[in-house]
Amino acid sequence: MAVFLGVLSGLCLVVALLVVRLFVVLRSGPQSRPGEKGSVSVLAVVGSGGHTTEMLRLMESLSSSYSPRHYVIADTDHMSEDKIRTLEAAKNTLDLQQKFTIHRIPRSREVRQAWSSSVLTTANALLYSVPLVFRLRPDMVLCNGPGTCVPLCVAGLLLGLLGLKKVLIVYVESICRVETLSLSGKILYHLSDYFFVQWSTLKDKYPRSIYVGRIKNPPRLQTPVLG
Amino acid sequence: MTTVFVTVGTTRFDELIETVTSQEAVQALLARGYKHLVLQVGRGSVLPGQDSCPGMTVHSFRFKDSIAEDIQGADLVIGHAGAGSCLEALGAGQPLLVVVNDRLMDNHQLELARRLHADSHLLYCTCSTLTQTLKTMDLSALKPFSQGRPENFATFLDRAESVFPGDLDGRQVASQCGTCSGHWRVGQLNRCLSTGLVPPLWSASWQTL
Repeated sequence: MAVFLGVLSGLCLVVALLVVRLFVVLRSGPQSRPGEKGSVSVLAVVGSGGHTTEMLRLMESLSSSYSPRHYVIADTDHMSEDKIRTLEAAKNTLDLQQKFTIHRIPRSREVRQAWSSSVLTTANALLYSVPLVFRLRPDMVLCNGPGTCVPLCVAGLLLGLLGLKKVLIVYVESICRVETLSLSGKILYHLSDYFFVQWSTLKDKYPRSIYVGRIKNPPRLQTPVLG
Repeated sequence: MTTVFVTVGTTRFDELIETVTSQEAVQALLARGYKHLVLQVGRGSVLPGQDSCPGMTVHSFRFKDSIAEDIQGADLVIGHAGAGSCLEALGAGQPLLVVVNDRLMDNHQLELARRLHADSHLLYCTCSTLTQTLKTMDLSALKPFSQGRPENFATFLDRAESVFPGDLDGRQVASQCGTCSGHWRVGQLNRCLSTGLVPPLWSASWQTL
């Protein structure tokens, strides 16, 4: 009985320490600016459909200082890879040394998937996300809402929690969100370093967010209307 | 050109296709001078034939790689409330009438269409009010939708993370504080060397030389 209590209190202590550490990591903010070393490596989480279009628009706007670029897509997504390659090819006509990679992880949650199974599929995605993020060690994780981004952001936070590397979490809520945040947005609102919204109504409701006007351009790339 | 392009996106919206090809709706369109009807029906079960609307030429298809040309070539776009369709039509500067599928459960997709309607960028109706809207709508009251500016996002991040577009080769980049013209360089804190002040991250006073 005493042993059991001892182990239990030991566990509680470890959990408490981790929570304190999490707060320290989150509240410390970006102290050492990654840009000061010259380049910022980005892990871009690419959802499907509209998420892809918006994310590629964001990636297109970033300068050549954001390199290398690691794109992570869900394994059931068949269309995003082509769009990524098209974008990178267009960027490469100007810059010679641009490096990018594409990785796949299991999808966290399909549209309208039940809650109970979502927990399992998200945990499965986490098992892939953690080794991937630990290997790539990006300066920044950039995401815009698909469920795929939550395990990747958590993995980034874990890197910081363990004192290995501070990873910036940058979240850009979709232009579709005018009055309410997406589920990923609600989860990551307090966990992200920079949380962008594209409508002033959300800025009012979520004071910690950043509003710099609309970021999404109407699509210039081909917009497939395939089932 | 006097073309109406109807799009339902990646799913289906049979009620819209049936309503827009009904006699009353076609009459309303003809009365406004429209002569051509192009229908993108997606997975719907209704695929109207060429002669289904007397007085109007009709062309239907399910999917295309890109509907940009159809949107560009239309004088009026009638679409469902999907964000992609809305933004594509508005981005092309076309008058847009969004038809809300009130048989679907209320979902977050409507937030954008509602807001764009409130800001007078598009018109808004349901299948039951479509014909009436076609008769009475005033497209000239619609306001153009301004383009998004992703460079705002990029600039904010650059400032916040001390990223300078010019320094990939290790060149020194000097920037000038617009407030007092003091200089600061790469590697230093983001503050004006003269006043020691830190301008707000998103500020028009930052300039790169």
